[in-house]
Amino acid sequence: MSDVVISVENLYKEYRLGTISHGTLHRDLQSWWARMRGKEDPNSIISAVQPSIHNVRASGNNPHMLALNDVSFEVKKGDVLGIIGRNGAGKSTLLKILSEVTSPTKGQVKIKGRVASLLEVGTGFHPELTGRENIYLNGAILGMKRKEIGIKFDEIVAFAEIEKFIDTPVKRYSSGMYVRLAFAVAAHLDPEILIIDEVLAVGDAQFQKKCLGKMGDVAAGGRTVLFVSHNMGAIEQLCSSALLLAKGCIAKAGSDVRSIISEYSFSTNSTDFAPVWENSGADYDNNYFVPMKLFFSDCRGNEIITMPCRNDEDLWINIVGNVKQLDPALYIGIGVFNDMEVYLFGSAFVDGHPDTWPRVSLGENVMRCRLPKHTLNEGIYKIEMHGSLLRKKVLFVPGMNNPKIFLEIKGGLSESPLWLDKRMGFFAPVLEWTN
Amino acid sequence: MKAAELKDQMKTVQDEQWTKVIGPKSGWFDVNLSSLWNYRDLILLFVKRDFIAFYKQTILGPLWFLVQPLFTAVVFTVIFGRIAKISTDGLPQVLFYMCGIVIWNYFADCLNKTSDTFVSNAGIFGKVYFPRLTVPVSIVITNLITFAIQFMLFLLFWTYFYLGGAAIKVSLWSLLIPLLLVQMAALGLGLGILISSLTTKYRDLRYVVGFGVQLWMYATPIVYPMSQIPDKWQWMYAMNPMAAVVESARFAFLGAGSVRLWNLGLSFAMTGFILLAGLVLFHRIEKTFMDTV
Repeated sequence: MSDVVISVENLYKEYRLGTISHGTLHRDLQSWWARMRGKEDPNSIISAVQPSIHNVRASGNNPHMLALNDVSFEVKKGDVLGIIGRNGAGKSTLLKILSEVTSPTKGQVKIKGRVASLLEVGTGFHPELTGRENIYLNGAILGMKRKEIGIKFDEIVAFAEIEKFIDTPVKRYSSGMYVRLAFAVAAHLDPEILIIDEVLAVGDAQFQKKCLGKMGDVAAGGRTVLFVSHNMGAIEQLCSSALLLAKGCIAKAGSDVRSIISEYSFSTNSTDFAPVWENSGADYDNNYFVPMKLFFSDCRGNEIITMPCRNDEDLWINIVGNVKQLDPALYIGIGVFNDMEVYLFGSAFVDGHPDTWPRVSLGENVMRCRLPKHTLNEGIYKIEMHGSLLRKKVLFVPGMNNPKIFLEIKGGLSESPLWLDKRMGFFAPVLEWTN
Repeated sequence: MKAAELKDQMKTVQDEQWTKVIGPKSGWFDVNLSSLWNYRDLILLFVKRDFIAFYKQTILGPLWFLVQPLFTAVVFTVIFGRIAKISTDGLPQVLFYMCGIVIWNYFADCLNKTSDTFVSNAGIFGKVYFPRLTVPVSIVITNLITFAIQFMLFLLFWTYFYLGGAAIKVSLWSLLIPLLLVQMAALGLGLGILISSLTTKYRDLRYVVGFGVQLWMYATPIVYPMSQIPDKWQWMYAMNPMAAVVESARFAFLGAGSVRLWNLGLSFAMTGFILLAGLVLFHRIEKTFMDTV
């Protein structure tokens, strides 16, 4: 018995863009007439002959687009597959096809076992009905028998923590209670395959933790889970394999969840891993400080243009900028993020004693900041430039599309013969030990 | 060689026992009614939901179901009975109209509500899969409860007039009322899902349904008896499957009216055809309507 429970084969999904009105009737008739004569649909961008990326017709003013473009993968029993990708990458379309809400334009999906999908919390809740009535209704919509729900009823109520309100119409519930009840029903479905879209973005932190725990239990019970999330921490914690979608295609897949996540984290940024950033023209224009260049240099002052770097040498982060107007509140600094987009730390040129601050003058300035060796761990880091007029004006909003450069550290973690490989943790300082 | 191949094939079949294969649009005739049976609990819960939600936070509760046929019968009595003086085949006017109204209401409600299935349930259909047919079927059953309540009202009036010595007689035909109900349900459902399938992309038909049902009522012997229809128009009434149903029901409970068996037979045949067409189209549309609705 093969243990593949989901097999997706060359899946395509085509959507029509624009609105549907009397104008589209003409094209519908055209497509229908072509199909009637056994010819190719002139309005489809998937060629009927042999589908592949190459013979998808160039779509000039064709209002069709492919949400999924030749997607194939398999999921084994007991896997927890994390599906990640930017907005519009096709994640939700894929889940919709897997849960039979819509059907693919081409290709097929084979599934073994009962599927329960949770694409939205509280689907089918009726505001006028009580919590009790909604548990039965929602459970039945998700595919449970009345009897099954009866058996699990107390468990569901206890999980949702709404014992007192069970006979109150759900329209009087707080949004938190509503979400808790909805997730509780779905979590007690007991399917062989559970499909979950980004639903944990709701609810408070404690309940989110509880939900993740419940999903972990489901997976530990030998059942298969497909999980879409933008919460990379949750993906890394829960998933045994991951699938990265980009523009309808699989960009990367496999059981190396960490590396797929890190590819995703960086692919979302336009510059790809460049260790140097230069202002291409009039970007980031303002009246105070216009950044011109951001780069690394080594302790001898040479610019570093290739990665990775070793961890046994100090690094300098250089900010070149054009000061247009002197302002004592000018505050320029950096923020360091790891590959999970976690903000590790930040620093600004005015951090030390005022005597040590670099001088700022009108025109071009260079500020440098030393990143001591043996600070960061092995891995990829993003260094983002921050700038503001302290307590007055933000020049570059942190976390937005700021100038940024990427740093990859590999090797040289320590002089110790016993410490050669990457360690757990955000940082890898070599601390001093003594008697 | 061939045997080995066959064995191989059988082995792969055994290895890959897929419970479900999701592909592009399927053929025209793979309507899956057994899955409907698996979801019978859901149908009942939908019925309960719709019924309860109707009268939540009202004072009169289910009594509201009685208001509509009662007042319509009174209005019809005044306008068509007293002012226009249309014949009622010698039957008490209120009773005559109420019989037609109760029967027609059931059909009209089934049609009106099921014709909106895809558009008004797009939110829930877009998020979870269950056999889509559960929704229109549950509507038909919910309306059956409404019908039962309204039919009680009719029986109440019937008893009052019967004891009052009116010229009404109930015949054995009245035992056929469940059959007529099934037929109306099938007709309303079939037509409703046909329209709801056609309106997923182009909404035009939706607007036709609203007043179309109203016009249809006047093309059906509700406010007048069949006996008033000139012979040369009788064939038109044969084409209206509801005419035979209403006239049969009236004949069954009030003892006046003309029922021809071939009319009833034709009505049954048309109903069967419409239901089948509706099922096939509905099933075909339900797979992709989310992309166009």
